[in-house]
Amino acid sequence: MTDKFVSIEGIAKRYPGAGGATTTVFENLWLSMPRGEFCCVIGHSGCGKTTVLNILAGLDAPSEGAVIVDGQAISGTSLDRAVIFQSHALLPWRTVLGNVAYAVSSKWRSWDRAKVKAHAQTFIDLVGLTGSEHKRPSELSGGMKQRVGIARALSITPKMMLMDEPFSALDALTRGTLQDEVRRICLETGQTAFMITHDVDEAIYLADKIFLMTNGPGAVLAEVVENPLPKDRGRTDLHRHPLYYALRNHIIDFLVTRSKTFAAEKPGHDPRNVPVVHIGKPGLTVASDAKPEPLKETSWPSLSRPSTSS
Amino acid sequence: MTASSLRLRAGLVSIVLLAAFLGIWHLATRSAAPVATMSPEYAKLMGLTATQGKSAMPGPLDVGAKLWEHLKRPFYDNGPNDKGLGIQLAYSIARVGTGYLLAVLVAIPLGFLIGMSPLLSKALDPFIQVLKPISPLAWMPLALYTIKDSSISAIFVIFICSIWPMLLNTVFGVASVRKEWINVARTLEVGTIRRAFTVILPAAAPTILTGMRISIGIAWLVIVAAEMLVGGTGIGYFVWNEWNNLSITNVIIAILLIGIVGMLLDQILARFTRMVTFPE
Ligand SMILES: Nc1ncnc2c1ncn2[C@@H]1O[C@H](COP(=O)(O)OP(=O)(O)OP(=O)(O)O)[C@@H](O)[C@H]1O
Ligand SMILES: [Mg+2]
Repeated sequence: MTDKFVSIEGIAKRYPGAGGATTTVFENLWLSMPRGEFCCVIGHSGCGKTTVLNILAGLDAPSEGAVIVDGQAISGTSLDRAVIFQSHALLPWRTVLGNVAYAVSSKWRSWDRAKVKAHAQTFIDLVGLTGSEHKRPSELSGGMKQRVGIARALSITPKMMLMDEPFSALDALTRGTLQDEVRRICLETGQTAFMITHDVDEAIYLADKIFLMTNGPGAVLAEVVENPLPKDRGRTDLHRHPLYYALRNHIIDFLVTRSKTFAAEKPGHDPRNVPVVHIGKPGLTVASDAKPEPLKETSWPSLSRPSTSS
Repeated sequence: MTASSLRLRAGLVSIVLLAAFLGIWHLATRSAAPVATMSPEYAKLMGLTATQGKSAMPGPLDVGAKLWEHLKRPFYDNGPNDKGLGIQLAYSIARVGTGYLLAVLVAIPLGFLIGMSPLLSKALDPFIQVLKPISPLAWMPLALYTIKDSSISAIFVIFICSIWPMLLNTVFGVASVRKEWINVARTLEVGTIRRAFTVILPAAAPTILTGMRISIGIAWLVIVAAEMLVGGTGIGYFVWNEWNNLSITNVIIAILLIGIVGMLLDQILARFTRMVTFPE
């Protein structure tokens, strides 16, 4: 049994809808993440990914259920859980250095100015913004703003990083560099990471586990896909891995068709025991704590078959 | 077209317009031909105005000469009814300044509280809605009766008239700070006080300063009327006193100075507003 650093237990989010009705974004959502693992969430726009992330961050409270982090139910935000926002959320009246230093001085309140500045500078250098320290956010490109957001989140050396499409505004080259940086930093510091993305390749490169969510409203966590690629994978030879295309096709297949039809196809889906998909390891699947389920899917285009167990 | 040449041409047009205005003013108030067909008694009664066709309205040259006199000795004091214009303006500015600063001290912290608390916002809203549209001068009798000092009553009227725009703008500015900025502070576990000063204040500052700028304009409008009512000192009293002396020249000079001081006050606040405005 893996230790559950993060455990989302049966959360729901409802908003009051028109005419007294309530809209349920999702309900009875269960999800767990071991310490040090990099998890990516993929799902169509509006399915509630940001909502889950905000609940994990403590910025939003679930309508039902609880989130347990490190053995304790969370009751609000924490410096241990850093957030990289979808809309970068920089303070426009502060410079790049000022934005990062604000986070640093919030974490280490007793530090003097010089120490805060030096610490912030390290992280600005890390994301490649050396020389732009004194620019204001309005003078930066979208990608540069996002990098400040990343530097700000990293600078407080959190235990967990929550990232909401952190690289979506970046050009391919910058995105690659930053993915490498984030991956390296997360591995080095044993960071548990929860990242929302729309980019399948990004998920494959970064994630240990990929959560697939169906379309909302009433979205469910359909599958947890284990990434079969080795931990020390490189960006350039990613596509040479024998299981790369099987994994990629599985995810894309989900996004294109199964995310819409999932509820109809799997009426007996148990949200507490979401199927864990091991691409290409039919014999080795070990269910977490449930009885094995017979294989149903047959039309797998690649050499390797995914095995589904719940 | 460069900006500097535009400014130059605009300046030229302004000067031409001013010259045209002064010219027309001069021509309109110049001595006309003597009115011959008038009974001598009536002419005697009316003085120069009638006998020499001299207009009661002073021309720009009269006003200029008088203004020069005032500028030479702005601070003389020959008793209650004859003080230099500088002294009168200083009284008015001091009253406006005191009332306005008191209003700042009340409106901004109160606006912060109301803006940050939906409960207070709802609870105080009916009071604000009723108090806001009351003409500040309507408070004057009540102020005179309770305070029993005309000068402090004038300050109170300034206080009450400048508090509303500042209060409402502060509430609005504080309540509409972008959620994502608040969330940044929340994820960094920034306490309420520090959050108020490091996120909400800078984010709301442009809106607050806009309210302060509206307030100073209103305060300067109201002080003239208030001083006409309470009398004694100040530029408003000066205007009323000179009207009683039938010195239209002095009234025109006072009007000019009221305008200039009002413009300066507005410019000062505009500069502060620009200082706290951030580009997004
Ligand atoms: N305040 C609110 N009131 C009502 N509905 C809301 C509110 N906030 C979010 N929603 C709904 O919740 C759903 C999930 O929103 P969320 O922002 O989590 O989507 P998302 O998966 O992050 O989408 P995207 O990929 O576009 O960022 C949406 O359908 C949205 O309409
Ligand atoms: Mg989102």
